[in-house]
Amino acid sequence: MSAIPSVHTAEAAPLGLRGLVADWSSDRQAFHIAWGKVMMWIFLLSDTFIFGSFLTGYMTVRASTTVPWPNPSEVFSLRIAGTDLPLILIAIMTFVLISSSGTMAMAVNFAYQHSRRKAALLMFATAAFGVMFVSMQAFEWTKLIHEGVRPWGNPMGAAQFGSTFFMITGFHGLHVSAGVIYLSVVSTRLLRGRYEKRGNYQIVEIAGLYWHFVDLVWVFIFAFFYLW
Amino acid sequence: MSGPATQQQQQHQQHPIGLYLKVWLLLFVLSAMSYGVDYFHIQGLMRWSLIIVLMLLKAGFIVAVFMHMAWERLAFICAILLPPLALLVLVGLMASEASHTLLSRLLFFK
Repeated sequence: MSAIPSVHTAEAAPLGLRGLVADWSSDRQAFHIAWGKVMMWIFLLSDTFIFGSFLTGYMTVRASTTVPWPNPSEVFSLRIAGTDLPLILIAIMTFVLISSSGTMAMAVNFAYQHSRRKAALLMFATAAFGVMFVSMQAFEWTKLIHEGVRPWGNPMGAAQFGSTFFMITGFHGLHVSAGVIYLSVVSTRLLRGRYEKRGNYQIVEIAGLYWHFVDLVWVFIFAFFYLW
Repeated sequence: MSGPATQQQQQHQQHPIGLYLKVWLLLFVLSAMSYGVDYFHIQGLMRWSLIIVLMLLKAGFIVAVFMHMAWERLAFICAILLPPLALLVLVGLMASEASHTLLSRLLFFK
Protein backbone atom coordinates (compact mmCIF):
# COMPACT_ATOMS: atom_id res chain seq x y z
CA MET A 1 0.00 0.00 0.00
CA SER A 2 2.66 2.40 1.04
CA ALA A 3 4.79 1.63 -1.94
CA ILE A 4 4.14 4.15 -4.67
CA PRO A 5 6.93 3.37 -7.06
CA SER A 6 4.84 4.38 -10.02
CA VAL A 7 5.71 8.05 -9.59
CA HIS A 8 9.28 7.40 -10.49
CA THR A 9 8.68 4.86 -13.26
CA ALA A 10 5.80 6.83 -14.74
CA GLU A 11 8.21 9.65 -15.33
CA ALA A 12 10.65 7.30 -16.99
CA ALA A 13 7.99 5.66 -19.17
CA PRO A 14 7.79 7.17 -22.67
CA LEU A 15 4.78 9.25 -23.66
CA GLY A 16 2.65 9.47 -26.74
CA LEU A 17 2.64 6.76 -29.39
CA ARG A 18 5.87 5.25 -28.10
CA GLY A 19 4.31 5.10 -24.65
CA LEU A 20 1.24 3.35 -26.03
CA VAL A 21 3.37 0.63 -27.59
CA ALA A 22 5.50 0.32 -24.44
CA ASP A 23 2.46 0.07 -22.16
CA TRP A 24 0.71 -2.53 -24.27
CA SER A 25 3.78 -4.69 -24.77
CA SER A 26 5.28 -4.09 -21.31
CA ASP A 27 8.35 -5.92 -22.51
CA ARG A 28 6.47 -9.17 -22.35
CA GLN A 29 6.42 -11.81 -25.01
CA ALA A 30 3.73 -14.46 -25.16
CA PHE A 31 5.20 -16.50 -28.01
CA HIS A 32 8.84 -17.45 -28.05
CA ILE A 33 9.01 -17.10 -31.79
CA ALA A 34 10.48 -14.34 -33.91
CA TRP A 35 7.95 -11.49 -34.17
CA GLY A 36 7.95 -11.41 -37.97
CA LYS A 37 6.79 -14.98 -38.10
CA VAL A 38 4.09 -14.37 -35.49
CA MET A 39 2.80 -11.36 -37.42
CA MET A 40 2.66 -13.30 -40.68
CA TRP A 41 0.72 -16.10 -38.96
CA ILE A 42 -1.74 -13.60 -37.48
CA PHE A 43 -2.22 -12.07 -40.92
CA LEU A 44 -2.81 -15.55 -42.35
CA LEU A 45 -5.32 -16.21 -39.57
CA SER A 46 -7.28 -13.13 -40.62
CA ASP A 47 -7.07 -14.27 -44.23
CA THR A 48 -8.43 -17.65 -43.17
CA PHE A 49 -11.53 -15.88 -41.95
CA ILE A 50 -11.90 -14.01 -45.24
CA PHE A 51 -11.72 -17.17 -47.34
CA GLY A 52 -13.76 -19.08 -44.76
CA SER A 53 -16.52 -16.49 -45.03
CA PHE A 54 -16.40 -16.58 -48.85
CA LEU A 55 -16.75 -20.34 -48.88
CA THR A 56 -19.55 -20.21 -46.31
CA GLY A 57 -21.33 -17.62 -48.44
CA TYR A 58 -20.92 -19.91 -51.43
CA MET A 59 -22.38 -22.81 -49.44
CA THR A 60 -25.36 -20.64 -48.45
CA VAL A 61 -26.29 -19.54 -51.97
CA ARG A 62 -25.70 -22.98 -53.43
CA ALA A 63 -27.85 -24.68 -50.79
CA SER A 64 -30.69 -22.15 -51.03
CA THR A 65 -31.20 -21.92 -54.80
CA THR A 66 -34.07 -23.78 -56.42
CA VAL A 67 -32.32 -23.79 -59.82
CA PRO A 68 -29.94 -26.72 -60.40
CA TRP A 69 -26.26 -25.91 -59.87
CA PRO A 70 -24.06 -26.25 -62.98
CA ASN A 71 -22.01 -29.47 -62.85
CA PRO A 72 -18.41 -28.30 -62.29
CA SER A 73 -17.09 -31.54 -63.70
CA GLU A 74 -18.62 -30.64 -67.09
CA VAL A 75 -18.20 -26.88 -66.91
CA PHE A 76 -14.46 -27.17 -66.32
CA SER A 77 -13.79 -30.03 -68.73
CA LEU A 78 -11.45 -29.58 -71.67
CA ARG A 79 -11.39 -31.37 -74.99
CA ILE A 80 -7.87 -32.65 -75.49
CA ALA A 81 -7.00 -34.93 -78.43
CA GLY A 82 -10.65 -35.70 -79.09
CA THR A 83 -11.57 -36.80 -75.57
CA ASP A 84 -13.41 -34.78 -72.96
CA LEU A 85 -11.35 -34.73 -69.79
CA PRO A 86 -13.31 -33.55 -66.75
CA LEU A 87 -11.69 -30.87 -64.58
CA ILE A 88 -8.34 -31.44 -66.31
CA LEU A 89 -7.19 -27.82 -66.22
CA ILE A 90 -8.05 -27.55 -62.54
CA ALA A 91 -6.13 -30.75 -61.83
CA ILE A 92 -3.07 -29.38 -63.63
CA MET A 93 -3.40 -26.09 -61.71
CA THR A 94 -3.50 -28.07 -58.46
CA PHE A 95 -0.33 -29.96 -59.37
CA VAL A 96 1.41 -26.73 -60.38
CA LEU A 97 0.58 -25.13 -57.04
CA ILE A 98 1.73 -28.20 -55.08
CA SER A 99 4.99 -28.22 -57.05
CA SER A 100 5.49 -24.58 -56.15
CA SER A 101 4.92 -25.40 -52.48
CA GLY A 102 7.59 -28.09 -52.71
CA THR A 103 10.17 -25.76 -54.28
CA MET A 104 9.32 -23.13 -51.65
CA ALA A 105 9.90 -25.57 -48.78
CA MET A 106 13.29 -26.47 -50.26
CA ALA A 107 14.12 -22.76 -50.66
CA VAL A 108 13.53 -22.19 -46.94
CA ASN A 109 15.80 -25.12 -46.16
CA PHE A 110 18.63 -23.85 -48.37
CA ALA A 111 18.26 -20.31 -47.02
CA TYR A 112 18.89 -21.56 -43.48
CA GLN A 113 21.93 -23.43 -44.80
CA HIS A 114 23.09 -20.03 -46.09
CA SER A 115 23.30 -21.28 -49.68
CA ARG A 116 21.64 -18.21 -51.07
CA ARG A 117 22.06 -18.95 -54.77
CA LYS A 118 20.18 -22.26 -54.46
CA ALA A 119 17.53 -20.70 -52.23
CA ALA A 120 16.98 -17.76 -54.60
CA LEU A 121 16.79 -20.06 -57.63
CA LEU A 122 14.17 -22.21 -55.92
CA MET A 123 12.21 -19.10 -54.98
CA PHE A 124 12.29 -17.91 -58.59
CA ALA A 125 11.06 -21.35 -59.61
CA THR A 126 8.25 -21.01 -57.07
CA ALA A 127 7.30 -17.61 -58.50
CA ALA A 128 7.41 -19.06 -62.03
CA PHE A 129 4.98 -21.80 -60.99
CA GLY A 130 2.81 -19.04 -59.54
CA VAL A 131 2.81 -17.19 -62.85
CA MET A 132 1.89 -20.45 -64.61
CA PHE A 133 -1.02 -20.91 -62.20
CA VAL A 134 -2.36 -17.39 -62.74
CA SER A 135 -2.02 -17.74 -66.53
CA MET A 136 -4.05 -20.94 -66.49
CA GLN A 137 -6.63 -19.23 -64.34
CA ALA A 138 -6.81 -16.36 -66.84
CA PHE A 139 -7.35 -18.96 -69.59
CA GLU A 140 -10.11 -20.58 -67.56
CA TRP A 141 -11.82 -17.24 -66.90
CA THR A 142 -11.63 -16.36 -70.60
CA LYS A 143 -13.14 -19.72 -71.58
CA LEU A 144 -16.01 -19.33 -69.11
CA ILE A 145 -16.71 -15.73 -70.12
CA HIS A 146 -16.87 -16.85 -73.77
CA GLU A 147 -19.37 -19.52 -72.75
CA GLY A 148 -21.57 -16.79 -71.30
CA VAL A 149 -20.80 -17.13 -67.59
CA ARG A 150 -21.32 -13.79 -65.86
CA PRO A 151 -21.50 -12.80 -62.18
CA TRP A 152 -25.28 -12.34 -62.62
CA GLY A 153 -26.09 -15.43 -64.64
CA ASN A 154 -25.01 -18.22 -66.94
CA PRO A 155 -26.56 -20.60 -69.48
CA MET A 156 -25.81 -23.75 -67.42
CA GLY A 157 -27.95 -23.21 -64.34
CA ALA A 158 -28.08 -21.28 -61.08
CA ALA A 159 -27.10 -17.61 -61.48
CA GLN A 160 -25.10 -17.69 -58.24
CA PHE A 161 -22.51 -19.96 -59.87
CA GLY A 162 -20.87 -17.08 -61.70
CA SER A 163 -20.78 -14.65 -58.81
CA THR A 164 -19.24 -17.12 -56.36
CA PHE A 165 -16.83 -18.48 -58.98
CA PHE A 166 -15.41 -15.10 -59.99
CA MET A 167 -15.36 -13.88 -56.40
CA ILE A 168 -13.58 -16.85 -54.84
CA THR A 169 -11.14 -17.77 -57.61
CA GLY A 170 -10.52 -14.09 -58.32
CA PHE A 171 -9.59 -13.38 -54.74
CA HIS A 172 -7.37 -16.43 -54.64
CA GLY A 173 -5.71 -15.47 -57.93
CA LEU A 174 -5.05 -12.03 -56.47
CA HIS A 175 -3.29 -13.70 -53.56
CA VAL A 176 -1.16 -15.78 -55.93
CA SER A 177 -0.24 -12.66 -57.93
CA ALA A 178 0.70 -10.77 -54.76
CA GLY A 179 2.74 -13.80 -53.67
CA VAL A 180 4.65 -13.82 -56.97
CA ILE A 181 5.61 -10.16 -56.45
CA TYR A 182 6.51 -10.79 -52.80
CA LEU A 183 8.69 -13.80 -53.65
CA SER A 184 10.42 -11.94 -56.49
CA VAL A 185 11.32 -9.07 -54.17
CA VAL A 186 12.60 -11.34 -51.39
CA SER A 187 14.58 -13.59 -53.73
CA THR A 188 16.22 -10.62 -55.47
CA ARG A 189 17.28 -9.22 -52.11
CA LEU A 190 18.47 -12.68 -51.10
CA LEU A 191 20.61 -12.96 -54.20
CA ARG A 192 22.12 -9.52 -53.63
CA GLY A 193 23.18 -10.54 -50.13
CA ARG A 194 21.00 -8.25 -48.05
CA TYR A 195 20.11 -11.02 -45.59
CA GLU A 196 23.66 -12.39 -45.56
CA LYS A 197 24.82 -9.03 -44.19
CA ARG A 198 22.28 -9.21 -41.38
CA GLY A 199 22.92 -12.89 -40.86
CA ASN A 200 19.16 -13.44 -40.68
CA TYR A 201 17.36 -15.57 -43.22
CA GLN A 202 14.01 -15.73 -41.42
CA ILE A 203 12.32 -13.63 -44.11
CA VAL A 204 12.53 -16.57 -46.51
CA GLU A 205 10.58 -18.74 -44.07
CA ILE A 206 8.03 -15.92 -43.55
CA ALA A 207 7.55 -15.51 -47.31
CA GLY A 208 7.24 -19.29 -47.47
CA LEU A 209 4.44 -19.24 -44.90
CA TYR A 210 2.46 -16.88 -47.13
CA TRP A 211 3.06 -19.03 -50.18
CA HIS A 212 2.06 -22.28 -48.47
CA PHE A 213 -1.09 -20.55 -47.24
CA VAL A 214 -2.05 -19.73 -50.83
CA ASP A 215 -1.65 -23.42 -51.64
CA LEU A 216 -3.65 -24.33 -48.53
CA VAL A 217 -6.57 -22.13 -49.57
CA TRP A 218 -6.54 -23.76 -53.00
CA VAL A 219 -6.93 -27.19 -51.34
CA PHE A 220 -10.23 -26.00 -49.85
CA ILE A 221 -11.42 -24.25 -53.03
CA PHE A 222 -10.59 -27.36 -55.07
CA ALA A 223 -12.58 -29.57 -52.69
CA PHE A 224 -15.61 -27.37 -52.15
CA PHE A 225 -15.99 -25.51 -55.42
CA TYR A 226 -14.67 -27.87 -58.08
CA LEU A 227 -15.26 -31.34 -56.67
CA TRP A 228 -18.45 -30.87 -54.65
CA MET B 1 12.13 -27.97 -22.47
CA SER B 2 14.18 -25.18 -23.95
CA GLY B 3 17.68 -26.52 -24.18
CA PRO B 4 20.05 -24.98 -26.68
CA ALA B 5 19.06 -27.54 -29.29
CA THR B 6 15.31 -26.84 -29.13
CA GLN B 7 15.96 -23.11 -28.82
CA GLN B 8 17.91 -23.30 -32.03
CA GLN B 9 15.09 -25.18 -33.69
CA GLN B 10 12.52 -22.61 -32.55
CA GLN B 11 14.48 -19.93 -34.34
CA HIS B 12 15.51 -21.90 -37.39
CA GLN B 13 13.08 -24.40 -38.75
CA GLN B 14 15.55 -26.73 -40.36
CA HIS B 15 14.59 -30.25 -41.23
CA PRO B 16 16.00 -32.96 -43.45
CA ILE B 17 15.25 -32.38 -47.11
CA GLY B 18 14.10 -35.98 -47.45
CA LEU B 19 11.10 -35.17 -45.24
CA TYR B 20 10.02 -32.35 -47.55
CA LEU B 21 10.40 -34.57 -50.59
CA LYS B 22 8.31 -37.31 -49.01
CA VAL B 23 5.52 -34.90 -48.06
CA TRP B 24 5.69 -33.35 -51.52
CA LEU B 25 5.23 -36.77 -53.12
CA LEU B 26 2.43 -37.56 -50.69
CA LEU B 27 0.61 -34.33 -51.63
CA PHE B 28 0.87 -35.31 -55.29
CA VAL B 29 -0.63 -38.71 -54.56
CA LEU B 30 -3.43 -37.23 -52.44
CA SER B 31 -4.24 -34.65 -55.15
CA ALA B 32 -4.29 -37.37 -57.79
CA MET B 33 -6.68 -39.32 -55.58
CA SER B 34 -9.03 -36.35 -55.13
CA TYR B 35 -8.99 -35.81 -58.89
CA GLY B 36 -9.76 -39.52 -59.22
CA VAL B 37 -12.91 -39.00 -57.15
CA ASP B 38 -14.25 -36.82 -59.96
CA TYR B 39 -12.70 -38.77 -62.83
CA PHE B 40 -14.22 -42.09 -61.80
CA HIS B 41 -17.60 -40.45 -61.01
CA ILE B 42 -17.76 -41.65 -57.43
CA GLN B 43 -21.14 -40.51 -56.13
CA GLY B 44 -23.13 -40.21 -52.95
CA LEU B 45 -21.81 -40.47 -49.42
CA MET B 46 -18.56 -42.02 -50.64
CA ARG B 47 -17.87 -38.92 -52.74
CA TRP B 48 -18.45 -36.39 -49.95
CA SER B 49 -16.43 -38.33 -47.39
CA LEU B 50 -13.52 -38.92 -49.79
CA ILE B 51 -13.42 -35.23 -50.76
CA ILE B 52 -13.41 -34.12 -47.11
CA VAL B 53 -10.88 -36.69 -45.91
CA LEU B 54 -8.43 -36.05 -48.75
CA MET B 55 -8.83 -32.28 -48.30
CA LEU B 56 -8.13 -32.45 -44.56
CA LEU B 57 -5.12 -34.74 -45.08
CA LYS B 58 -3.61 -32.37 -47.65
CA ALA B 59 -4.29 -29.30 -45.51
CA GLY B 60 -2.85 -31.07 -42.46
CA PHE B 61 0.41 -31.98 -44.18
CA ILE B 62 0.85 -28.49 -45.62
CA VAL B 63 0.30 -26.81 -42.24
CA ALA B 64 2.24 -29.35 -40.17
CA VAL B 65 5.31 -29.87 -42.34
CA PHE B 66 5.60 -27.12 -44.96
CA MET B 67 4.47 -24.39 -42.56
CA HIS B 68 6.40 -26.04 -39.69
CA MET B 69 3.45 -25.99 -37.31
CA ALA B 70 4.38 -29.48 -36.02
CA TRP B 71 7.54 -28.06 -34.45
CA GLU B 72 6.14 -24.81 -33.03
CA ARG B 73 5.27 -24.40 -29.36
CA LEU B 74 1.84 -25.57 -28.21
CA ALA B 75 0.75 -22.09 -27.07
CA PHE B 76 1.33 -20.77 -30.56
CA ILE B 77 -0.34 -23.73 -32.26
CA CYS B 78 -3.47 -23.15 -30.15
CA ALA B 79 -3.45 -19.39 -30.79
CA ILE B 80 -3.41 -19.89 -34.56
CA LEU B 81 -5.26 -23.13 -35.22
CA LEU B 82 -8.16 -22.92 -32.73
CA PRO B 83 -9.79 -19.58 -33.75
CA PRO B 84 -10.73 -20.79 -37.28
CA LEU B 85 -12.97 -23.39 -35.61
CA ALA B 86 -15.35 -20.46 -34.94
CA LEU B 87 -16.09 -20.63 -38.66
CA LEU B 88 -17.88 -23.92 -38.00
CA VAL B 89 -20.47 -21.95 -36.00
CA LEU B 90 -20.98 -19.65 -38.99
CA VAL B 91 -21.29 -22.68 -41.28
CA GLY B 92 -23.91 -24.18 -38.96
CA LEU B 93 -25.92 -20.96 -38.80
CA MET B 94 -25.78 -20.40 -42.54
CA ALA B 95 -26.70 -24.01 -43.31
CA SER B 96 -29.92 -23.64 -41.34
CA GLU B 97 -30.52 -20.23 -42.91
CA ALA B 98 -30.02 -21.70 -46.38
CA SER B 99 -32.53 -24.49 -45.83
CA HIS B 100 -35.03 -21.95 -44.51
CA THR B 101 -34.56 -19.81 -47.63
CA LEU B 102 -34.86 -22.85 -49.88
CA LEU B 103 -38.10 -23.95 -48.22
CA SER B 104 -39.57 -20.44 -48.48
CA ARG B 105 -38.64 -20.26 -52.16
CA LEU B 106 -40.18 -23.64 -52.86
CA LEU B 107 -43.36 -22.71 -50.99
CA PHE B 108 -43.95 -19.20 -52.34
CA PHE B 109 -41.97 -18.65 -55.53
CA LYS B 110 -42.28 -21.86 -57.51
